[in-house]
Amino acid sequence: MAQAHTHGKNEHVQGHGDHSHGHGDHHDHHPTGLMRWVKSTNHKDIGTLYLWFSFIMLLSGGALALIIRAELFQPGIQVVNPEVFNGLTTMHGLIMVFGAIMPAFVGFANWLVPMQIGAPDMAFPRMNNWSFWLLPPAAILLVGSFFVPGGATGSGWTLYPPLYIQNGIAADMTIFAVHILGASSIMGSINIITTILNMRAPGMTLMKMPLFIWTWLITAYLLIAVMPVLAGAVTMLLTDRHFGTNFFNAAGGGDPTMFMHVFWFFGHPEVYIMILPAFGIVSQIVPAFSRKPLFGYSSMVYATASIAILSFIVWGHHMFTVGMPVTAQLFFMLATMLISVPTGVKVFNWVATMWKGELTFETPMLWAVGFIALFTIGGFSGLVCSMTPIDVSIHNTYYVVAHFHYVLFSGALYSIFGGVYFWLPKFTGNMYDEKLGKWHFWLTTISFNITFFPQHFLGLAGMVRRYADYPLQFAEWNMWSSIGAFILGPSQLLFLYIVLKCIKGGQKAAQKQWEGADSLEWTHLPSPAPYHSFETPPVLR
Amino acid sequence: MSAASLDRQNRAMLRKLLTIVVIMAGFGWALVPLYRKICEVTGIAQTRSADSVANSQIDTSRWVTVEFVANNNGSLSWQFEPLKTTLRVHPGELTQVMYRVVNNTGRKVVAQARASYGPVAAAQHFKKVECFCFTSQTFEVAETRQMPVTFMLTPELPRDIDTVTLSYTFFDVTAQAAPPKG
Amino acid sequence: MEQKKLVAALMAGAAGLSATVASAGYDVLNLPLGATANARNNYDLHMFVLWICFGIFVVVFGAMFYSILKHRKSVGHKAEHFHENTTVEIVWTVIPFIIIGVMAVKATGGLLAIRDTSNPDMTIKITAHQWQWKYDYLQDGISFYSKMSTPRDQIEANAPKGEHYVVEVDKEVVVPVNKKIRLLVTSNDVIHGWYVPDLAVNQYGIPGFIKDTYINVEKPGVYRGQCSQICGKEHAYMPIVVRAVSDDEYKAWVEETKAAQS
Repeated sequence: MAQAHTHGKNEHVQGHGDHSHGHGDHHDHHPTGLMRWVKSTNHKDIGTLYLWFSFIMLLSGGALALIIRAELFQPGIQVVNPEVFNGLTTMHGLIMVFGAIMPAFVGFANWLVPMQIGAPDMAFPRMNNWSFWLLPPAAILLVGSFFVPGGATGSGWTLYPPLYIQNGIAADMTIFAVHILGASSIMGSINIITTILNMRAPGMTLMKMPLFIWTWLITAYLLIAVMPVLAGAVTMLLTDRHFGTNFFNAAGGGDPTMFMHVFWFFGHPEVYIMILPAFGIVSQIVPAFSRKPLFGYSSMVYATASIAILSFIVWGHHMFTVGMPVTAQLFFMLATMLISVPTGVKVFNWVATMWKGELTFETPMLWAVGFIALFTIGGFSGLVCSMTPIDVSIHNTYYVVAHFHYVLFSGALYSIFGGVYFWLPKFTGNMYDEKLGKWHFWLTTISFNITFFPQHFLGLAGMVRRYADYPLQFAEWNMWSSIGAFILGPSQLLFLYIVLKCIKGGQKAAQKQWEGADSLEWTHLPSPAPYHSFETPPVLR
Repeated sequence: MSAASLDRQNRAMLRKLLTIVVIMAGFGWALVPLYRKICEVTGIAQTRSADSVANSQIDTSRWVTVEFVANNNGSLSWQFEPLKTTLRVHPGELTQVMYRVVNNTGRKVVAQARASYGPVAAAQHFKKVECFCFTSQTFEVAETRQMPVTFMLTPELPRDIDTVTLSYTFFDVTAQAAPPKG
Repeated sequence: MEQKKLVAALMAGAAGLSATVASAGYDVLNLPLGATANARNNYDLHMFVLWICFGIFVVVFGAMFYSILKHRKSVGHKAEHFHENTTVEIVWTVIPFIIIGVMAVKATGGLLAIRDTSNPDMTIKITAHQWQWKYDYLQDGISFYSKMSTPRDQIEANAPKGEHYVVEVDKEVVVPVNKKIRLLVTSNDVIHGWYVPDLAVNQYGIPGFIKDTYINVEKPGVYRGQCSQICGKEHAYMPIVVRAVSDDEYKAWVEETKAAQS
């Protein structure tokens, strides 16, 4: 699908190459058809592959979520049995985290890093190709695990032993998939860091880089720091399962709690891996539509770095009901609360960027404003969760589900949608349908809130998550949540239609489609961007 | 900058970043001994050897209630219980209590006991001089065995802790303990 | 024009929603006021934080929406070009520090309170099993399993669901009121969570380890909870029912149960 529809893009390159400094004609040696995509080492091709992969995963993970919501529409067991239900929640989580959100940001990085820093391509094009093509096998392992004896892994995406050890062959498939995904992320990150640090155009100092580049630089460091730890943790699970080791087996002197510690040592930075690039995208969009430079650029950079550093010392807040020593709980609580300061600074900076600007509200800006408003709600619920005594009362309830969907759906995913609308004109050379884009935003935003806002109420009142069935007093809000989900899910097909329509044609996009955009891809490259970005480095003012 | 020198730079960077990856992978595995060490120091982990007990003064000014708890894990559903469920002791005082197993499973069982303490802050002050949890135990069919535990609460036990629980969980390790070769 | 219509539609929607919310079934909104001091503290702490968040929300989004309305190109506003202001940036870094400092003090008090298991009047050991709970009253020598009593027919919708669907058990945990009861939570197989919202207790049971927490129920009554940590296929079907009774009633229950056990 991706191949058929995006292939047309290159034909436009020559026709619009009027500002391309003659770069447009360097793409004559690459294969065409399917092999172009399999063998491609071009950062834009690979970025496109990542983005389509991510979208397919988003729809798959979304389909699982809709089955979950169908089951939860009413109390009782109607649609799937509890075993399958556990598999659905587990795979929804894993697919969305590793399949949808992370690859989407890598896709943006591939497209934008060379263009925004004035480089011709990524530092290691062949490794770039490998890091993408590792993803489909991992996805097949994850999705395929539904069809093996014993069904999909049903222990939640956190894979806690000993429950995890009880799973069938699917458990091994999941571990293997996580290994592959980890390797892919590490290769992608190495590529991104090297490109950013070594291949910037002369004059592009670190503190002149667009914020998207900064957030990705920091994210990539987080990835290479924690992905190996996750790989270690799941390998220990594997050896516990098959080779009689006792890392997490209390009988042999191990401790299931240790898995939680190792997992969340990865898991919390992972949360920021999924949100920092989102901060970057929003920090590109907001100034562009405010026609005003980003407020507090350097404080944004420092805030991002401090969030990244703090992310390594807060993992214990996922484990407040484990029964850690009270001093440890206190430490993790205070460290967690501290994160709200740099995060708050970011929100204030975005609002200050809009302040006294010259605002217009094209679709990307709607997503960015939606991001700021809804992500902040997720931040508030995060602050509530950070307080240990309250967290004990709401741990593993729908309050937590609501919290992380506000930060990951209306946070990470909103920025991805906003980013796609923002850069589609640059990617394809065509404008998307503005009216439909706005429909997509409003449909998503309204149904998102119908779906997830009531989950705060459910969680506070004590509805436990990962439940296939629930007491009657939770029926009404669950019904609303399911209704919202059934609008939210199909609304994303509208997005597919808009993107396909934009790729096929439409009003031609200008080089600098957005008046206030000031990064290199808008100021120095035509729309659509040529196959190779900057063969000779751009001259910076 | 020439293409060749950029290539060299990139490769140098690749090596550096791979080093970070390797270090972090090592760190991931190093978390295991690190965690065990922390648990040992805080007393959360059961050590498989006897604690050495310094000759300490018995603090007769305070009483601590010690509760004894026995648990079975998984399919191991034999009779396992402390002979006394609670006892009042002074910190610094060596005390012996007995646990009893009745192997009514109808088969020979190799089992390993694991100690745990509550509250978690008391763990590092709970010293065991003698315990059946130090090694795995073999129980013949229908065997009844009484097993002693000799312990002491250190006088440094925080003053606000007046009730401490010593818990043992027996795990069936017959499968792992099967004759190593042939 | 379009915006006015949108606002009107939103207001109508909000009015409709609040009307439905007021009706029965939608009163499930907040932390329970609960039956222990810890639950009450939690409720108050949560409301305190909620109001602070609401205040921040109003200030920040007041500014944002003011900007959205007044600083738009369509009303002819021209962009200014400031992009930093050290004073402002210091102020909005320091103020959050102060706010979370206040919150931290309150939360620390709550944390120390929920972890203070000293001076218990009695101890109950709770052992989680896939998928039921076992309760051992250490001092009174009572021991029993407690399983969900909701019939399969109700789950599969072959029978109408009862009032306490999936939160009813064959044997309730009976406890005396106004007694500090230490709970030792462990597990027989995988990790479970003993969670009763009204008592503000949520404690993992981990195989091989005991973890302690406590309750001190102030009001007689029946308090229902469920397993909070995913534990396999019947995760939703291992409820907890705590019945708090007066001391005399508790003693009578102990005698009765002991007689039945022996």
